[in-house]
Amino acid sequence: MRYLDEFRDPQLARRLLDHIWARSTRRVCLMEFCGGHTHAIFRHGLRQMLPPTVELRSGPGCPVCVTADRDLDRAIAIARLPNVILTTFGDMLKVPGSSGSLQEARAEGADVRIVYSTLDALQIAREHPDRDVVFLGIGFETTAPTVAAALLQAEAEGIRRFYVLSLHKLTPPAMRAILDSGQVGLGGIIGPGHVTTVVGSAAWEFLPREYHMPCAVAGFEPLDILRAVAALVEMAEEGRAEVVNAYSRSVRPQGNPVALAMMERVFAVDRADWRGLGSVPQSGLTLRPAYARFDAALAFPVETGPSRPHPGCRCGDVVRGVLDPPDCPLFRRVCTPARPVGPCMVSAEGACAAWYTYGQDDEDG
Amino acid sequence: MDETILLAHGSGGQMSHGLIEGLFLKYLGNPILAALDDAAVVDPPGASGGGRLAFTTDSYVISPIFFPGGDIGKLAVCGTVNDLAMSGATPIYLSAGFILEEGLPLAELERVVASMAETARAAGVSIVAGDTKVVEHGKADRLFINTAGIGRVPAGLELGNDRVRPGDLILLSGTVGDHGMTIMSQREGLRFSSPLQSDCAPLNGLVTAMLAALLAADDAGWGALHCMRDPTRGGVATVLNEIAARSGVGIEVEEAAIPVREAVRAACELLGLDPLYVANEGKLLAFVSPEGAEPLLAAMRAHADGREAAIIGRVTAEHAGRVALRTVLGARRVLSMLAGEQLPRIC
Repeated sequence: MRYLDEFRDPQLARRLLDHIWARSTRRVCLMEFCGGHTHAIFRHGLRQMLPPTVELRSGPGCPVCVTADRDLDRAIAIARLPNVILTTFGDMLKVPGSSGSLQEARAEGADVRIVYSTLDALQIAREHPDRDVVFLGIGFETTAPTVAAALLQAEAEGIRRFYVLSLHKLTPPAMRAILDSGQVGLGGIIGPGHVTTVVGSAAWEFLPREYHMPCAVAGFEPLDILRAVAALVEMAEEGRAEVVNAYSRSVRPQGNPVALAMMERVFAVDRADWRGLGSVPQSGLTLRPAYARFDAALAFPVETGPSRPHPGCRCGDVVRGVLDPPDCPLFRRVCTPARPVGPCMVSAEGACAAWYTYGQDDEDG
Repeated sequence: MDETILLAHGSGGQMSHGLIEGLFLKYLGNPILAALDDAAVVDPPGASGGGRLAFTTDSYVISPIFFPGGDIGKLAVCGTVNDLAMSGATPIYLSAGFILEEGLPLAELERVVASMAETARAAGVSIVAGDTKVVEHGKADRLFINTAGIGRVPAGLELGNDRVRPGDLILLSGTVGDHGMTIMSQREGLRFSSPLQSDCAPLNGLVTAMLAALLAADDAGWGALHCMRDPTRGGVATVLNEIAARSGVGIEVEEAAIPVREAVRAACELLGLDPLYVANEGKLLAFVSPEGAEPLLAAMRAHADGREAAIIGRVTAEHAGRVALRTVLGARRVLSMLAGEQLPRIC
């Protein structure tokens, strides 16, 4: 398998970088929506190789980062109910809610289990027919179809005590909310590769059409990202705005119709709460009435009271792209991956974790 | 909220260090323990002229207990043999303590013990003391093993975490991440085109060959070798950070020089892990002054357990306490210590 090397070829990278340096004359700020991009950018040291005119700004990052405090509090409250097994992706475990994290709830006796896919959660439900198995459904358009598939499977098998707390979110409406807030002077968007594989590059056409905003959809290898940056720099220099598919080995204009149909069958689009963006219309997925019996929000109506976010935490500003992590007063001093205050320091794809883990020699540079 | 033990306290990263330094050393600290080397090197009480002794212990709680390339028994022998070997000692005696869960099939225990015997023979050590406890079903996960070991350190060999000096070159004995990714993919049921296999192996044979090569070299000698470590939990990145901190030096490594098997890399990409943080059970890092590097590398490559050995970096006086990585693309970034848990119960 030479696949990885092909997209990490130092000579090809050099050529792309030379091209970017030659073309870039004016300052442009590009947002990478996806935390996978943020980590790849840091891990391969791409920021420092770009010309000073090209600034990269992290956006919403990942589902963990944008999950609202209140939703997390609900999940923790459900995990503490007797007879519940709460299944979750590992990154959610350490995110502090208003009173403790899922990890702390687990240490105090709640049955919280890490799974790597919804099907693992379903398997736990099969093995424990006498328990209520709740899957903490966080994710973007990449994850939601797999959750839909698991629900259809549960229905087909007649698994009775399997539930999903659907906190799934849609990315294009969030991008729109960031642009509508007008707080960040962006000159281009590095479009999320995996999400766009599902939703299709056409889902981003509103960016050039309504905002005159260039967008380049990128994969996660260093050359993928450099190709997208090169396309965005070219468009910015020429005053053009288009959607460029720099990840054509995976992304089609219309996306993955099978996945989209599965999602459509199980979920309805609804308003959702986002950390940093507040309540965004048409940005979340809830279970359709036909699947209501799997809905953990209906089966376990917990009272959590008002959420109490950490007063100094600036994760909301980080996901909006308003703030670079080192400018948060808690960063590295109070908030570290070992003792995270906010989700962006917890998640493997969080911007704060990337800055912390791969921090440049000159911290703020 | 009162603090409780979390799985991350056992990951070998920052939280493990916090526990060791904030609790164990606080109560149990003494100059020998405080060195925090893989094995304690001590003068045997009352003896004279017989060289020093290396003494170490380790517990094994890995799940699953059988995996491609090894099992908990082989691991329990290799782990302790390797901790002794890293201090330069020739391992001699091991003890083995078993904690068995009620209901464990006897055939599985026999398989594990037979594997321990075979590994001990290969490593040239004898298991001379033991203990067995059985706990109720659910109070342990099938089988836990503790081993302790004693070895003899030859006179004239001085190794330690704090002895690494600017100018030293860093040698790695082979590919990284094989053990951790094997266990991880077993747990996740992942299948790859080329199957993963743990690198679990005793390293004392390789170390003997390395020490002999240094002794035979014209312009080197044991003095050229400053430290050896086996990068188990927390991987290569964690060991490099520990050395940088304890020796007060900076470390520079070349990402492109670190050998990683394709299957390991593919598995890491899939699971979002960095092979530099993934555990190894049959690899070592050696810190050696430049005149010793060439004979040492040649000796490692001539040995079955070091064929893919490489010089992966060097030690500097700059940025003391920190590890810098030059990426494949030529950029530079910090290689930090693992912050939380990456893989639970891999050893």
